Amino acid sequence: MAEIRIDKVSKSYGKEKALMQGIDLTIMDGEFVVILGPSGCGKSTLLRMIAGLEAVTGGTISIAGQVVNDLEPRERGCAMVFQNYALYPHMTVAENIGYALRVARVAKAERMARVAMVAGSVGLTEFLDRKPGQLSGGQRQRVAMARAIVREPKVFLFDEPLSNLDATLRVQMRHEIRKIHNRIGATSVFVTHDQQEGMTLADRLVVMNKGTIEQVGSPEEIYERPASTYVAGFIGSPAMNFLPGEIQGGAVILENGIRLPVPGLSGLDGTMVQVGLRPERLSLTGPGRGQISARVDFVEELGSARLAHVLVEDIAISVLTGDKLAIAPGDEVGIAIAPCVVQLFDGTTGKRIETAAHAAQQVETVS
Amino acid sequence: MKARRKKLPVGGIAILLAMSLAMVGPILSVIIWAFAVKWRYPNLLPTEWGLKYWRIMLGRDTVIEPILTSLALTSVATTMAALICWPAAYAFARLQFPGRQLFLFSFIAANAVPKFALFVSIAVVFLNLNLVGTFWGVVVVQMLSAVLFMIWIPTAAFRSIPPALEEAGFDLGASHLRVFVMITLPQALPALAASYVLAFVSILFEVDSALLIGAPQITTMPLLLLSLSAQVIVQEAAVLCVMIWVPCFALLLLTRRFMSSKGIAQGFGA
Ligand SMILES: Nc1ncnc2c1ncn2[C@@H]1O[C@H](COP(=O)(O)OP(=O)(O)OP(=O)(O)O)[C@@H](O)[C@H]1O
Ligand SMILES: [Mg+2]
Repeated sequence: MAEIRIDKVSKSYGKEKALMQGIDLTIMDGEFVVILGPSGCGKSTLLRMIAGLEAVTGGTISIAGQVVNDLEPRERGCAMVFQNYALYPHMTVAENIGYALRVARVAKAERMARVAMVAGSVGLTEFLDRKPGQLSGGQRQRVAMARAIVREPKVFLFDEPLSNLDATLRVQMRHEIRKIHNRIGATSVFVTHDQQEGMTLADRLVVMNKGTIEQVGSPEEIYERPASTYVAGFIGSPAMNFLPGEIQGGAVILENGIRLPVPGLSGLDGTMVQVGLRPERLSLTGPGRGQISARVDFVEELGSARLAHVLVEDIAISVLTGDKLAIAPGDEVGIAIAPCVVQLFDGTTGKRIETAAHAAQQVETVS
Repeated sequence: MKARRKKLPVGGIAILLAMSLAMVGPILSVIIWAFAVKWRYPNLLPTEWGLKYWRIMLGRDTVIEPILTSLALTSVATTMAALICWPAAYAFARLQFPGRQLFLFSFIAANAVPKFALFVSIAVVFLNLNLVGTFWGVVVVQMLSAVLFMIWIPTAAFRSIPPALEEAGFDLGASHLRVFVMITLPQALPALAASYVLAFVSILFEVDSALLIGAPQITTMPLLLLSLSAQVIVQEAAVLCVMIWVPCFALLLLTRRFMSSKGIAQGFGA
């Protein structure tokens, strides 16, 4: 079926500095890949280049083994779902959904039958005669989905299709999109800047930054072993803590002189690093215990958990704690940091530094 | 309990009444004149009504012919202007090319030049081309006066259609032509219709071109009106006025049927 191969693709708009330089990415047949990145990093552009709505400046894009660089959008067999849905205001829901079939000259009876079936599968049966203007945001979103599904495309492309919905509906549609994918199994590329959306939907995540791909991997891989401070900071909520320091004698000496013992650092003495600590992997203990001591600055109640903002002298760290400890601003606490939760990144390049502790953990999870 | 009735917007109604009186008043007086046989000063209304002057006017060849000429000229000029300007408007709205703004602006600039002066210089050119006094000579000049309506309104309308709608069309398998016909055109139609009607009416009432380029062979309705109003019989001019006004009004009403007020507003770039 349809594997998408993006090979050394570059893109520049006019005479401006190149937006992308040599992007490589292979999306396997039937895979659900989410492209994640902040606003303006080029996610939409990449998607539009796959769809054929934007020309590539260099490199090749192939779909199902065929180079599609010079093919018109209609010859590529991709169905795109647009952020603002791009429904036709002058057509009814049924006409909108059936548009592609009409263009493809499918006979009317068959067209109606297929439209009815797809509309049924996304719960639109009773709205078929309405115009898009008479629908709610969620219903419009479904029409946009149905319009893409009805063609039975090889490839689905989604450009932030959920960003105009409210939070509840967004989660609900997210589940529906994943269910539809599981049922149809078409290769899907989904663009979003919402990391949670990305994590929950993706078979594989692609994290983009300023026109380059920072990391590709399963959501778990990207969460557990981010390739750079950029990825580490972008993925995970609440955001990861970063503490600058230097490796000396098998430990990291933080900027304020505090010593954080980390196993397996031999041979790295003198390296400047960023220590990455996920708030949800830390825990608070009594004063004087744990790896470092700190003072509570303030506490955010999240309902299911609490986010404690603590100060290690002048460095702020957030700790997510599930148990309802009685902590108040000003309290002295200790922070328990298991060796395996410490992630290290090069202080200058921001690239991940593998430590023996991680290697050990890898082995553990594999065996 | 019933909700409190909204207070009548007295000020608004007063303004509306005053405005309608100012606009409808003159038209009403022309209509009354057209059906008046005798109407002398202190009477508020004509003392004798009738179709006498209609019979007189419709009986004259010199009246019927200019009307037919005008309708033919205007239809041809407006339609040709549409065929040229609408695609150009689409290009202005969708394509980026160097000098685009300048080009667009030049259409306003051309309209800021006094028409009369522009036409005089065109007449000089046309003299050499043997176009003076011909149907097509007048058509070409009249098309010029339609350009502003025919470029600006459609450009604004095309621009207000989100490009994503067209892209979705390409993506769903349609060709460029098909997307234009099935997606873009239906949405721009109200504005295109508005531009057509406005251009039609403005060409129909346009005097200078016929005066400078058409005369003496081509006599149009406005020219006839000019010559009539130089005479003293008010009724004759009034009858002609109503004769011109009725089809224009009908045309406007007709377009209103398939044109929402939103469409018109869109046409003007709102
Ligand atoms: N037609 C264009 N001409 C010039 N620059 C463009 C054009 N389209 C996009 N860009 C630029 O390319 C960059 C990437 O745009 P793109 O739309 O791909 O971002 P994005 O990652 O989808 O962002 P968002 O999350 O806000 O949608 C932006 O800096 C944008 O300004
Ligand atoms: Mg985008």
